[in-house]
Amino acid sequence: MAKQLLKGNVAFAEAAIRAGCEVYFGYPITPQTELLEHMSSRMPELGRVFLQAESEVAAVNMVYGAAAAGARVMTSSSSPGISLMQEGFSYMAASNVPAVVIDIMRGGPGLGNIQPSQSDYNQVTKSAGHGDFHPIVLAPSTVQEAIDLTILAFDLAEKYRTLVFVIADGTIGQMMEPAELPEMRPVSTERPTWAVTGARDRSHNVITSLFLGAEQLEQLNLDLQDKLLQIQQAGEVRYDEAYLEGAEVVIVAFGTSARVAQTAVKRMREAGLPVGLFRPITLWPFPEKEIAELPKRIPALKAIQVVEMNAGQMVHDVREAIAGQVPVQFMGRMGGIIPVPEEIEEKVRLTLTPAQMPATLKESSNGRVAH
Amino acid sequence: MAVSPTDQKIMNAPAVVKEEIVYQRPVALTNVHTHYCPGCTHGTAHRLVAEVIDELGIREDTILVASVGCSVFAYNYFEVDACEAAHGRAPAMATGVKRVHPDKVVFTYQGDGDLASIGMGEIMHAAARGEKITTIFINNAVYGMTGGQMAPTTLPGQITTSSPFGRDLQLCGAPVRMVELLSNMDGTAYAVRRSLHDARHTIQARKAIRTAFEAQIKGLGFSIVELLSSCPTNWGMTASESLDWIRDSMIPTYPLGDYKVAPELVQSRK
Repeated sequence: MAKQLLKGNVAFAEAAIRAGCEVYFGYPITPQTELLEHMSSRMPELGRVFLQAESEVAAVNMVYGAAAAGARVMTSSSSPGISLMQEGFSYMAASNVPAVVIDIMRGGPGLGNIQPSQSDYNQVTKSAGHGDFHPIVLAPSTVQEAIDLTILAFDLAEKYRTLVFVIADGTIGQMMEPAELPEMRPVSTERPTWAVTGARDRSHNVITSLFLGAEQLEQLNLDLQDKLLQIQQAGEVRYDEAYLEGAEVVIVAFGTSARVAQTAVKRMREAGLPVGLFRPITLWPFPEKEIAELPKRIPALKAIQVVEMNAGQMVHDVREAIAGQVPVQFMGRMGGIIPVPEEIEEKVRLTLTPAQMPATLKESSNGRVAH
Repeated sequence: MAVSPTDQKIMNAPAVVKEEIVYQRPVALTNVHTHYCPGCTHGTAHRLVAEVIDELGIREDTILVASVGCSVFAYNYFEVDACEAAHGRAPAMATGVKRVHPDKVVFTYQGDGDLASIGMGEIMHAAARGEKITTIFINNAVYGMTGGQMAPTTLPGQITTSSPFGRDLQLCGAPVRMVELLSNMDGTAYAVRRSLHDARHTIQARKAIRTAFEAQIKGLGFSIVELLSSCPTNWGMTASESLDWIRDSMIPTYPLGDYKVAPELVQSRK
């Protein structure tokens, strides 16, 4: 199929449809609403299910029901809505049902605003609900990747019977880029054997997250942890890298931050500065091993520079991976502000030639946080 | 030796006397002991629902969405496919199931804390959408599972573990009458209140449960049967006292009756 100019949110929606998403439940929230709107016209057109729920809480529990019923199901929301959906995420994780969630992140906490942000990193990768679990988390940085990762999300969800998040900030949701959509996959009406479909010629199936016996619940947790380990070891870690050769500073960033960082890196390389870029695509499982190996791979490496649109969330995973081999610095913007290449460049230049640091420049100037 | 007429009669009788089964466990119930307290009417309600499922021949096409409360383990007691919803969310989860399987019979089984308090939003909107599901609503005027706290359905002045001075209407408002509320929704096809305090009312409850499932099967919209039920443990009464309390104290606040019956169902009941 030829490339076409597509808005991020529409691309997410249409990619889900092409991936064979059968059922969608959602609730309007900026900056993801176009996704829901696209679903509202396309799904009925194709004889599939679209339902606007009365709340994010209801939407996620409808998703839980549809997933329990064995359907390929998706929801989408933005940060405050994701907070409301956490109840359902936890139940779905406990009962091992697959579903896809798109989170088009906005500035928080609270109502915050509707500008782009990456402040849901911790919430989604580490605490998508109560209890011990991680969803798979994919982070696109272009509209094309939004399409490709949404399709991958459905495959991973069903392969591992797990929740898969695709998280992008409002920029990716709202911007238009040329991108190519895949052919339509057929919708499978075959239901998994564990699903609730009516107990015909078999004993009844039960989907539950309630296990009152301590040993029983510990076993469920052990099984869940086994599954998470399997995902981590099964080659599901995805990342991208550029200009790593001879890099003295490697910028680690995802999503829109990575795109801005890429511009900064390209410019600095053109100016002869040894700077590289490492972009995690799976935020969970996190490319921990790959980041840990960066200092060995690149003997010239002096420091890692993490750039995020939050107060420093992924940076902790990077620090854990690097484990003190080289300093890990952080620069972030919040409140819906997207960092500009110049400020990243300024930060990197200071690392490369610390002697040149002007006495008046404070790291927290201009609203930036750094640590 | 001569054979007496009596012996002759015995010898001529068929070897196996066919017995007529007049009462047995419905196929839609599993063969396990429930965890319900003695004197609780959850067991009665389960049996009525299971009998109706058997009678309608829909066991293999029925999906239960259990809720949070005393009936949380309902999925262990019904021999139908089942899932267990988060507290109050059974109507939302049932919506998800029904939209995937529009040809199946989907029902929720919810208590008053679950349905009338934390799940008020989900039940109202399921009805508003005319969701083709059936809700069996057990109203026993308290939170049973957590030990008898005040529910939205607790009677004025009723002492519970979280209203030790009696339900104060100035502080907590008045009891919520759910079927009356739900009967105002255009999407509701059937909304009635019945009681399980004696045999006559239990038979009426059974009929209502059947009609509620029929409303769903006919695709008429949302259907609900509220059942006034006993909770001797949390009410601090004997089983028989608690049945009297339903009759004498609950029914005046929660009048029994048909609050909404779709015209198509009036025809079918004749």
